[in-house]
Amino acid sequence: MRAFIPDYQMIAPATLAAALHVLKNEPGVWKPFAGGTDLMVLLDAGKLDDKRYLSLRHFAELRGIAELSSDHVTIGALTTYTDVLRSSLLCAEFPLLARAARETGSVATQNRGTLGGNIVNASPAADSPPALLVYNAELELLSSGGSRWIRYSDFHTGYKTMNLRSDEIVARIRLPRNGQMGRQYYRKVGTRKAQAVSKVCFAGACSMVTGRVIEARIALGSVAPVPVRCRQVERLLAGEQIRPALIEECRRTLLSEITPIDDVRSTRQYRERVAQNLLEEFLKSL
Amino acid sequence: MPEKIRLRFSVNGEKREVETYPMARLLDVLREDLHLTGIKEGCGEGECGACSVIIDGELANSCLIPALQAGGTSITTIEGLAPIERLDRVQAAFLEHGAAQCGICTPGMILAAVNLLERISSPTEVQIREGLAGNLCRCTGYARIVEAVRRAALKTGRS
Repeated sequence: MRAFIPDYQMIAPATLAAALHVLKNEPGVWKPFAGGTDLMVLLDAGKLDDKRYLSLRHFAELRGIAELSSDHVTIGALTTYTDVLRSSLLCAEFPLLARAARETGSVATQNRGTLGGNIVNASPAADSPPALLVYNAELELLSSGGSRWIRYSDFHTGYKTMNLRSDEIVARIRLPRNGQMGRQYYRKVGTRKAQAVSKVCFAGACSMVTGRVIEARIALGSVAPVPVRCRQVERLLAGEQIRPALIEECRRTLLSEITPIDDVRSTRQYRERVAQNLLEEFLKSL
Repeated sequence: MPEKIRLRFSVNGEKREVETYPMARLLDVLREDLHLTGIKEGCGEGECGACSVIIDGELANSCLIPALQAGGTSITTIEGLAPIERLDRVQAAFLEHGAAQCGICTPGMILAAVNLLERISSPTEVQIREGLAGNLCRCTGYARIVEAVRRAALKTGRS
């Protein structure tokens, strides 16, 4: 059944401080609302359970890309996929994030959808989290009491659960610039090329010296309740030359780090096979 | 129960004011309150692009925008594209190349194409297909639509 619209409330406080105050004073009552490209889908389907929303979209201070130091690039949580694609800095230094932005939805979705919304919506099938994991992203969680930074890899704690208090919002994403990961790979496998939710999404980055892996970072989406960083496979690769036996061992180990399920979009078996094949394709590209 | 809000925005160059609920879909406000029925509802979940509008210069699915977030914006719908007798070059090209059949996707398709040509004046076929990837057509098979947009790009004029 479709939603009864008069049941739903939305407010847009004039300042960010006022918005954070609302979250603090009425704990759990108001849900932050960014671009709406996920929440409005649930609304029309009659599946949007929470009834009160706090619109954040007008807070310009949470949107945009800043080079605050030579060590980090900072991205406001309300930065849209289109903003990412228009940033020559992100396209040059963090190409996996640009690829993820380009593969998310259509132009219309990219214009409204935000990175912060993609993170907090916490869909295991989201396209940007694998790229953020590979870049060792950190999140600034902001409340009226102050802010704290956490590693993005510590943010998702289970299916749609996260390390975020009800009075906090994700305000900024910080990407370290010292990576120097020369080889980068991103591939999303969906039902069709455009505008599909992924069956498996893979991001990988690697630094190599004279044919040996110095450091590899690998993350996948749609293969577990949360986006997954594959540390065991990464450890297998460190210091090694890519050779067929190693690729086989990585393929086997990958299966112990992912727990895909059967659902409307795909099956466990297919996802396992595709995840392994993407890993192999990545390793052979090194 | 939430009260209605007074939504003020600009639609097709005119200042408009509507009383509506804050989470009413922009699609419904435009169709039902302002009677701009050129905009269509297809899927209602941001997949098909039939409800496309241009909001502050950017293409968006009006089914995914709550009314409150449309306050103060400037919106163009298909009705605003050719307010005088002369058609927009994209509309003319769609007619000329048979790029419309049932017509449900056509308003959104044309707005997506107009928006694409504003961003990229001479798009390649790949860029045209990417620009229209969020607009589904179940009749034409896209070949004539892509051709119409390609031809429209060669013409000068509005859009």
